[in-house]
Amino acid sequence: MTSANPAIAQSGGLTPQRILVFGLLALGLIAPFGVYPIFLMKGFCFALFAAAFNLLLGYVGLLSFGHAMFFGFSAYVTAHAAKEWGLTPEIAILLGVATATVLGAVTGWLAIRRSGIYFAMVTLAFSQMMYFVAVQAPFTHGEDGIQGVPRGHLLGLIDLNDTLTMYYFVFAVLVASLLFLHRIVNSPFGQVLKAIRDNEPRAISLGYEVDRYKLLAFTLSAALAGLAGSVKSLVFQLASLTDVHWHASGEVVLMTLLGGVGTVFGPSAGAFLVVAIQDYFSGIGSWVTIIQGAIFVVCVLLFRSGIVGVMAPMLKRRGIQA
Amino acid sequence: MSGDNIIETKGLTKEFKGFIAVSDVDLKVKRHTIHALIGPNGAGKTTCFNLLTKFLTPSAGQILFNGKDITQAKPAAIARQGMVRSFQISAVFGHLTVLENVRVALQRVEGTSFHFWRSDECLNSLNAKAEELIEAVGVAEYRDTPAGELSYGRKRALEIATTLALDPEMLLLDEPMAGMGTEDIKRTAELIKRVSANRTILMVEHNLSVVADLSDTITVLKLGRVLAEGSYAEISKNPEVVEAYMGSGHA
Repeated sequence: MTSANPAIAQSGGLTPQRILVFGLLALGLIAPFGVYPIFLMKGFCFALFAAAFNLLLGYVGLLSFGHAMFFGFSAYVTAHAAKEWGLTPEIAILLGVATATVLGAVTGWLAIRRSGIYFAMVTLAFSQMMYFVAVQAPFTHGEDGIQGVPRGHLLGLIDLNDTLTMYYFVFAVLVASLLFLHRIVNSPFGQVLKAIRDNEPRAISLGYEVDRYKLLAFTLSAALAGLAGSVKSLVFQLASLTDVHWHASGEVVLMTLLGGVGTVFGPSAGAFLVVAIQDYFSGIGSWVTIIQGAIFVVCVLLFRSGIVGVMAPMLKRRGIQA
Repeated sequence: MSGDNIIETKGLTKEFKGFIAVSDVDLKVKRHTIHALIGPNGAGKTTCFNLLTKFLTPSAGQILFNGKDITQAKPAAIARQGMVRSFQISAVFGHLTVLENVRVALQRVEGTSFHFWRSDECLNSLNAKAEELIEAVGVAEYRDTPAGELSYGRKRALEIATTLALDPEMLLLDEPMAGMGTEDIKRTAELIKRVSANRTILMVEHNLSVVADLSDTITVLKLGRVLAEGSYAEISKNPEVVEAYMGSGHA
């Protein structure tokens, strides 16, 4: 599944790439005036979730099947902190991220000892454990979830109850996180990650304790997945079992593969596609799942490197010609 | 520090579920020599090699590197002590450029390898050193090409440059000539000869003319045991070796 070309995102000509980035930024700034902002914010949350997941799958070659535990559990923590303790949103989010980070460090430490399908199964097992914790623990309110979470005032000053304000906050979080991920991938640490992904025994033979690098990557990925979950709980003012369920773990795999593993914008594109399918076709009920499945099959058969993975070389060619 | 031998094994044994791949091997590799490990298929060369590089754990016996017991050491740890291996299949980082391949080896000692918040531009200070190394093995013109796109012989050359970046005391080469054409074999043999100055090399190799040309000492393995040891002239006269190893060639 790591066959997609991860070099694409960096090797593209600088100018066309910059134009694309600024275009997307501008689009993000004006989008809420044309599109339903809640839908966009949902897309942003899942885009961040998928981007965090992509750090692990695309740049370390580890397929986690339990990322919902970070996404869902940090949502609970943030919701609880905001509702029961009355904390400001930024502190509530930080607590959620901290929880996901610790959870990531512990489960990652145990999971990275295995590779391939065994790694996926270990992460799934932990995720299921956390799911049952969420079902049983009193503070999560079981089937009801934590409802009516107050969005509060950012830093005690900015009122997030205004949809447009909330939108720009979520957008800023996404942009900052994508920049952070871009930095991780293009850092000395990122170089080692790519080396491990390309040839793990060789990285070992150069003296790298690969498990430590994998663990740090896993923890960073968990932290950002947690950030996505925390923000989502404030957007929807709800933390529920849906977000810790293994369906969410599966969905993020789908989003990342559809959009393009190992590309900067691929997971975001995949996330928006999946969210759009779910929202706009919600009227036809369970057919949504069938449509999703069909798209996934087509994607795997026709363009294995995902939407962005296929488009990037085309854009690059055009960029050079122009 | 520990006399003449850089590597010494005592009663090295590896058993795979009842099958003894390497049995009671006492191997001594002299410092600053090229030592070859040869033997017919299934003789235990690769197993022996993986034991020395810690990619396998021995069932019994001891391995000393510079007089230090490394029997329980982790593979990455012995690399940091100055013993670096190569692989049978060329081992490059396919999506990294030629320069980055070498730089990844150089950057470890910088101590910034966990710095995920810094730009990789801080690694550019290593470029000069990396360029020198890829120049030395003759792949400088492919500096910015992803390593996966290089020809087989050039990948192996790049691999050697990456290994040399660590400035190891000891090199372990697993069939360095495997899958190479005559031209590449000649070039690689010269390269090995050149880098062997002030270093110790232990290699597993099938190509006997290469072994004869390069090695100071040859150890012949058969069915997991040491059959003979000595210079090429010595072992090629050994009737047991001729029968076991070269028998088919001379038949």
